[in-house]
Amino acid sequence: MAVIEATLPRRILTTPTAGPLAALVIACAFFSLNSPQFLTGGNFSLIIQQVMVVGTLAIGQTLIILTGGIDLSNGAIMAFGGIVMAKLALSMPPLLAIAAGLAVCALFGLVNGMLVTRISLPPFIVTLGMLNVVFALTHIYSQDQTVTGLPDELTFLGQTFQLGGTRVTYGSVLTIALFLLFAYLLGQTAWGRHVYALGNSPEVARLTGIRTSRLTVGVYTLAGLVYGIAALLLVSRTGVGDPQAGQTDNLDSITAVVLGGTSLFGGRGLVMGTLIGALIVGVFRNGLQLMGVPSIYQTLITGILVILAVTVDQLSRRRTR
Amino acid sequence: MKRLIAGLGAAALMAAGCGGGTPSGSGSDTVKVGLITKTETNPFFVKMKEGATAAAKAQGAELMSAAGKFDGDNASQITAIENMVAAGVKGILITPSDTKAIVPAIKKARDAGVLVIALDTPTEPQDATDALFATDNFKAGELIGQYAKAAMAGKPAKIATLDLAPGITVGKLRHDGFLKGFGVAEGDPSIVCSQDTQGDQSKGQTAMENCLQKAPDINLVYTINEPAALGAHTALKAKGIDKDVLVVSVDGGCTGTKAVKSGQIAATSQQYPLKMAESGVKAVTDFAKGGKKATGYTDTGVTLITDKPVAGVAAKDTAFGLANCWG
Repeated sequence: MAVIEATLPRRILTTPTAGPLAALVIACAFFSLNSPQFLTGGNFSLIIQQVMVVGTLAIGQTLIILTGGIDLSNGAIMAFGGIVMAKLALSMPPLLAIAAGLAVCALFGLVNGMLVTRISLPPFIVTLGMLNVVFALTHIYSQDQTVTGLPDELTFLGQTFQLGGTRVTYGSVLTIALFLLFAYLLGQTAWGRHVYALGNSPEVARLTGIRTSRLTVGVYTLAGLVYGIAALLLVSRTGVGDPQAGQTDNLDSITAVVLGGTSLFGGRGLVMGTLIGALIVGVFRNGLQLMGVPSIYQTLITGILVILAVTVDQLSRRRTR
Repeated sequence: MKRLIAGLGAAALMAAGCGGGTPSGSGSDTVKVGLITKTETNPFFVKMKEGATAAAKAQGAELMSAAGKFDGDNASQITAIENMVAAGVKGILITPSDTKAIVPAIKKARDAGVLVIALDTPTEPQDATDALFATDNFKAGELIGQYAKAAMAGKPAKIATLDLAPGITVGKLRHDGFLKGFGVAEGDPSIVCSQDTQGDQSKGQTAMENCLQKAPDINLVYTINEPAALGAHTALKAKGIDKDVLVVSVDGGCTGTKAVKSGQIAATSQQYPLKMAESGVKAVTDFAKGGKKATGYTDTGVTLITDKPVAGVAAKDTAFGLANCWG
């Protein structure tokens, strides 16, 4: 990870990831003092399980926000992917069902990317339309029925193994691995540098010879594929195919990205920041619940933190100009 | 970046340093009861929570509450169950948002020795929870169906059904109960319009407006709940036909019961969320005192509320309704 520093432009390094991390550590310390059940391996394993779906969606969201776009359709795409996997797994080998689900999610991402580049539509509008289209398709295709009786092969990521004194799910490990993979791709490869360049200034990126349209379509497609992985995680966590799933996950994934210090203006941010952002939400929800505080206060605190994070981003932009 | 890595390392160390333990029990001897509702904002669940809080106080127990973000939000309910089990609750009372999808999470909680009771809505299968305290929603629909049949007095019916949402059990049970009580089958030509309203007043109004565009001679409106009924009333009044159309509903909230009194709604099936919550909390505290686990289905009752009673259908007037309403 430290190698990344040498390869990244200085501007990106001013991304305020230290703030979110401090918030996470302080929150952990606070809840440890206020709840005897908070600071245990089992509880941390639980928090990772609870944030892995939104966290994985937020990886795709980070990619798109780094290019200067935004994706409102990711939760809906994931729900559709989950239903596809669940329904197909009842009649064909689970691996094929998973592949089909991943493919269909990537396809939606591809369509998003095509509409954004070929017709030059704002990502906000494209993905807002796609949100409604995919939401409807999910309900039509599933006939609003929750799909149950899934084969174990489809929910294997929900299985646990022993790590130290704690049961950890394979899904948690996959989520962490995905974050590390994308931290490497964004920080260590030419492709990653191109994504940052595109977000900083599409015009400059084009003039330096980056094929911006192709890059954008690629980013949206890759994000779609990541939503497909989120769908697999979702199915493994709930054990069913749920057409109602993910309805607020689009905004929740944006929340994780913003809390992680990534700029909504594009071109600045780190995918590891997004992991911290997702963990902040998860730690607050879990910790407040353990203290017996109703969940509406978690929503209140999340809102305040988002506004704080954007304020910090704005102030740091002013300083770097 | 270096600071980030150092910080992550520190967080990992913190987690590892304290890891390996299993969640210890609560520090105090107070019995903890969890209540998980579908949403945080629907008055029905607000009232349920009030009832549970009061009952917990009376029993010397501590109530923890959580809710989904929208009707059908299964993920938040799973998370709440996990967190409450980690917090060491004796029992969890839950109104399941997705009656099938929540079952695996409930099983885990029960395997951990927690008593799980469904309130208001049964899980599928119903025996996935230890017990169920709920209104018989089918019967609630049947009562207003029977009432409407008698009140129409043989006039040919043109029915609009303002339903809840696709795939939500409560809505289906009330709708089917109404049809059985009225004595028509699904797809009968007398049902001229069916629309989903999400139980929301403005969506209920939109649905009614659209139904009236389709069939201006509608004379009987079944509604999933009173907000939808009040929305329908607004649409009917705008057309000037609110006096000629019979609106029936389910819930018995205070606002809805007042609307029955003022004649905007002809009749409603009143249910008792406070009773569900109180019975649920008591079942958990009894279990904590070494008593038996609650089992099976307890019907918390439903009463037809109207000021224009009809022969052959038992009903109470709005004075009774207002004395026993919620919200």
